[in-house]
This record gives sequence, C-alpha cells and structure tokens, in this order.
Amino acid sequence: MATQRIDVTKTGDVSVVKFRDRKILDEAAIQELGSELFALVEIDNRKTILLDFDGVEFLSSAALGKLITFDRKVKTSKGRLKMCGIAPGILEVFQVTKLNKVFDIRPDAGEALAAF
Amino acid sequence: MAEDPSTATWRRSVKLPSERGSSRLVTDELLEQLGQHGWPPDDIFAIHLAAEEALVNAVVHGNRLDPKKTVHVECEVSPEHVRLEVTDEGPGFDPTSVPDCTLEERLEAPSGRGVMLMRSFMTRIAYNAKGNSVVLEKRRGDKPAAE
Repeated sequence: MATQRIDVTKTGDVSVVKFRDRKILDEAAIQELGSELFALVEIDNRKTILLDFDGVEFLSSAALGKLITFDRKVKTSKGRLKMCGIAPGILEVFQVTKLNKVFDIRPDAGEALAAF
Repeated sequence: MAEDPSTATWRRSVKLPSERGSSRLVTDELLEQLGQHGWPPDDIFAIHLAAEEALVNAVVHGNRLDPKKTVHVECEVSPEHVRLEVTDEGPGFDPTSVPDCTLEERLEAPSGRGVMLMRSFMTRIAYNAKGNSVVLEKRRGDKPAAE
C-alpha cells in the first residue's frame, strides 16, 4: 500500500505542499511522491502550487528528475509552480545543476505566496 | 589504551545486493562515522549526496538490478579525508560520454545528473578504465564547484 508523502493545504488560491519525508532519496518513495504531485494537477486540477521544502534535508538526483517532470506538467497545464524553504545544501544542488534557472525558487513561503 | 574512534581511520568493506534501497546498508553507517569524526554538516551533505549517486548508479545502471550481481564498496573515514570505492559487476561505461546536463537543451532532462553531482561535491572522483569502478574522495572543507 502506498505511503502518503505530502500534505496539502490552501492559502487563498495557492495549494501549499509540504513533504513528509526529511530525506527524499528512496526510489519507491520518489515514485509515490510523483504520483501524489501529478494527482494535484491531473485529478484535482490545481493551477497554483507551492512546494514548501521546509524540513527536507536531502534530495537525490532521482528526486530532482521527478521535480522536473512535475514542473513541466504544471506548465503544460497552464498552471504556476513555485518552490520555497529549500535548505542551503539542496539549494547548492539546484545551483550546480543550473536547475535554479528552471524552477521558480523563493526564500520562504511568505515571499513565494506574495509572488503568485 | 583504547583508540579514540574520532581520530582513528574507520574502514569498512561491504557487498551490496543489486536491489533498490540497498545503498542504505552503506550510507547509514557512513553518516554515523562522519558525525563521530567531527565532519561539518556541509561536508556530510556533500559526501552523502555523492555516495548515494555512486551507489545507485552501480546498482541500477552498472548491475542493472541483477540479483546475481553485487556492488563492492570500500569506505574510509578519517577526521580530514574520506575515500569511497564503488565497484559493480557490470560491463562498465565511458563517464566522458555522459552529456553535460547544464547545457540549455538538457536542463530539463529528467536524469543524467549523478556523475556531475559526484564531481561537483567531492574533491576528486576517478573511474577505472573499464568504467565499472569509481573512487570518490573528499578533503574536509572543500566546497562544491557552483558558479
């Protein structure tokens, strides 16, 4: 049975997603995470989504791949996706891989919500 | 007199099964030893990231999750230096053939960042000629090569 990987709340029109796992590296967990994220768009038809990484300590490159496909999914659906609360080490990963040019990353939830 | 575990070099040799999630058989103890040897959080993150990429590559791409194959891992941790050697039983590959994932046309590719992350976050990585074994080394305090 799949384990729930995210918690979703609404702030105005924005769906705020928080992650239950502190370390996102296990292949099965990443697949489950991807399914839950995609369902936000494909089933719930959410258009404005904020991924809040507060509390997440580690992301593997497989998790990065899942974020990339999700970002593309949201954009294809004419939605908007932002990210916030990314730990310094993970932010360095985004910078080294230049994914900081693909994703809309904000320092914290307040700034991200204001930017929608 | 017992040796001080925080200054002595810790060594471990492990054979991993070629199944998803097996990297934890190495990384859990590796992280514990890094903490005991006083490594700072930034370096621990970097070593964990690179180790995870190397181990997953060996299991998934090298051994292709073949249950008849194992991944041989040698670990060394001292207060100033970490060395990991990860060897799979696959055919090997040419690490120079991995496309640059930071090129504009490849930025949104869903995979292909593992080797690049290993190079960026460790002091040095080196593959053997066959390409089925990689040595990762980290010197305390080295920073990733971010622009």
